[in-house]
Amino acid sequence: MNPLPSTATADPEAATGEPALAVENLTVDLHTPTGTVRAVDEVSFAVHKGRTLALLGESGCGKSMTALSIVGLLDPVAEVVGGSVRAGGKDVLTLSRPARKKLAGPVLSIVFQDALTALNPVQPVGRQLGEPFRIHHGLSRRQAKEKAIELMRIVGIPEPRARARSYPHQFSGGMRQRLLIAMAVALAPDVLLADEPTTALDVTVQAQIMQLLRDLQVERDMAVVLITHDLAVVAERADDVVVMYAGNVVETGPVREVFGNPRHPYTRGLLDSVPERAEKGSPLPAVAGSPPELSKIPPGCVFQARCPLARERCAEERPALTATGSGRAAACHFSEELASV
Amino acid sequence: MTTFLRKRIVSSAIPLVVVVLGVFVLARLTGNPVDLYLPLSATPEQRAAFSAANGFDQPILVQLWDYLGQVVQLDFGESLRTGQSAGEMVLEAFPATLQLAAVTMLIAIVGAVLIGSLAAYRPNSLADRTSSFLSMTAASIPDFWFAIMGVLVFGVSLGILPTSGVVGGPEVWVLPIATLLIRPFGVLVQVVRGSMVAALSAPYVKVARSKGASEPRVVFGHALRNATMPVLTVAGDLTIGLVNGAVVVETIFGWPGIGKLMIDSILQRDFAVLQAAVLLTAVTIFVLNILIDVCYALLDARVRQAVPA
Repeated sequence: MNPLPSTATADPEAATGEPALAVENLTVDLHTPTGTVRAVDEVSFAVHKGRTLALLGESGCGKSMTALSIVGLLDPVAEVVGGSVRAGGKDVLTLSRPARKKLAGPVLSIVFQDALTALNPVQPVGRQLGEPFRIHHGLSRRQAKEKAIELMRIVGIPEPRARARSYPHQFSGGMRQRLLIAMAVALAPDVLLADEPTTALDVTVQAQIMQLLRDLQVERDMAVVLITHDLAVVAERADDVVVMYAGNVVETGPVREVFGNPRHPYTRGLLDSVPERAEKGSPLPAVAGSPPELSKIPPGCVFQARCPLARERCAEERPALTATGSGRAAACHFSEELASV
Repeated sequence: MTTFLRKRIVSSAIPLVVVVLGVFVLARLTGNPVDLYLPLSATPEQRAAFSAANGFDQPILVQLWDYLGQVVQLDFGESLRTGQSAGEMVLEAFPATLQLAAVTMLIAIVGAVLIGSLAAYRPNSLADRTSSFLSMTAASIPDFWFAIMGVLVFGVSLGILPTSGVVGGPEVWVLPIATLLIRPFGVLVQVVRGSMVAALSAPYVKVARSKGASEPRVVFGHALRNATMPVLTVAGDLTIGLVNGAVVVETIFGWPGIGKLMIDSILQRDFAVLQAAVLLTAVTIFVLNILIDVCYALLDARVRQAVPA
């Protein structure tokens, strides 16, 4: 199939059968006024029903772009130039636009980060929550509203019947995120992508929202792709992790193993910079420097400029994503060295 | 909402009083009606009698006081020219102007929403650039020039449209409406395009698409309603402009509306009619402004709640 081993190994039962979402060699170019740059470079991963995969990386590493190309919501400046995305038994990238819209909701669904701007400010929330049922199930306005009220109750909005008539600005940030999640899970999609769903929220509310996502995932048997830069969220909530850097996958595998014994210097650097792991009194370690601009990605390894292990070979040859153990892989020439550290 | 309306009505009463005073004084600066209505050979006695009969011999403050006393009883005096009640004359002419303005704005808004949305859907496409060029041109053409050219080409040279008047079928509407339409239409296309470009790039539009909403549903169901606020503001202003602009169009096309009545009454020093016409126009603008505010509140819950109860 592809050089990447199946990422799900912790629970062999869940890994059997066709994955709910299989992304292979997805490549996305950005057409900017100053030229074309590669934002996502041959990214591959797969998620099964009931499992959670985390896309981890710094801002601008291509994780959101990956999610948007899966659901077909890229801005016109971005273009998918290669690869395939299989969901609902189809290669969604080859589908016509109307055929793709049929999958949006029942098969693939996405939760965005900023719930205030993601909800339409001039429509009552009940109407927005009922919309998936009107579009895909052809329900009447009244039937859809009943469905919306039920959804609001499920995600824990108090007095859902009265609140269905309220507008987004009349809800708190946490409640708005609940509404957005309710809308995304309305049709029990096979795959739910969550793009930094808790970034804009208070810490206490974050935990509630993550728990809600987890409950809904179990109840509706969804595969979840969690896009985040938060290592703690990945450690707590994800089964597998895909670490991205400058549009490339640098390491992938079950979270427990990748975090327990990282095989890519970038993953190691990220983990070392978590305050809880650092030695008390000593300055917090950080990955020095910042990611390269997309227009200035070097020919060799994408991480070479910031890598403590970098040597000549890294400048010349880009390391392929190679298996480093059961179900995991890393893109580093010297991943063996890290294993012994 | 009722508090909001009451406040608006009270705060608009002052400008109305100013309008009444202003027109009263300005009208009398246009000249003395006695010279116009009596023959040159009229004797001083005849002139004095005419002045006394119409109250022009009184000091202006006394005239004003009498006039205000009448206005509060909704008595606007009589036309010097016809002896008819000025209030009645104005109310008779008003529907013709309103019809013209309403039809024009309806066409302008519907057309601008369709074309502006289409242009905004694919910014910088050929359709977008074409519509930008044409709407900019339309917004820049002076209406009197357009009216005269219209009469020249379609009325005189081609002979397919009447040059003026209201007698006949739908064709009598074409040139007056086209003349009134061209500027508001051009301006509105630009405004709709601008606010739709912003609305279509908003996150809630992405979310609507992520639910599988069809493109018409995305554009008209989600984006348009958010884009209406600036459009409404400009459309309101343009409507007010139409009520005023009717003066030019009605004069050129002989349309028996309030604009033509106003011009005629100035030329004939028919103070009572002029005052009533200007007052009615002012009241119309005042009512339009309130309607626009009410529309804001209906369209957006955030405005509704911002109004102190």
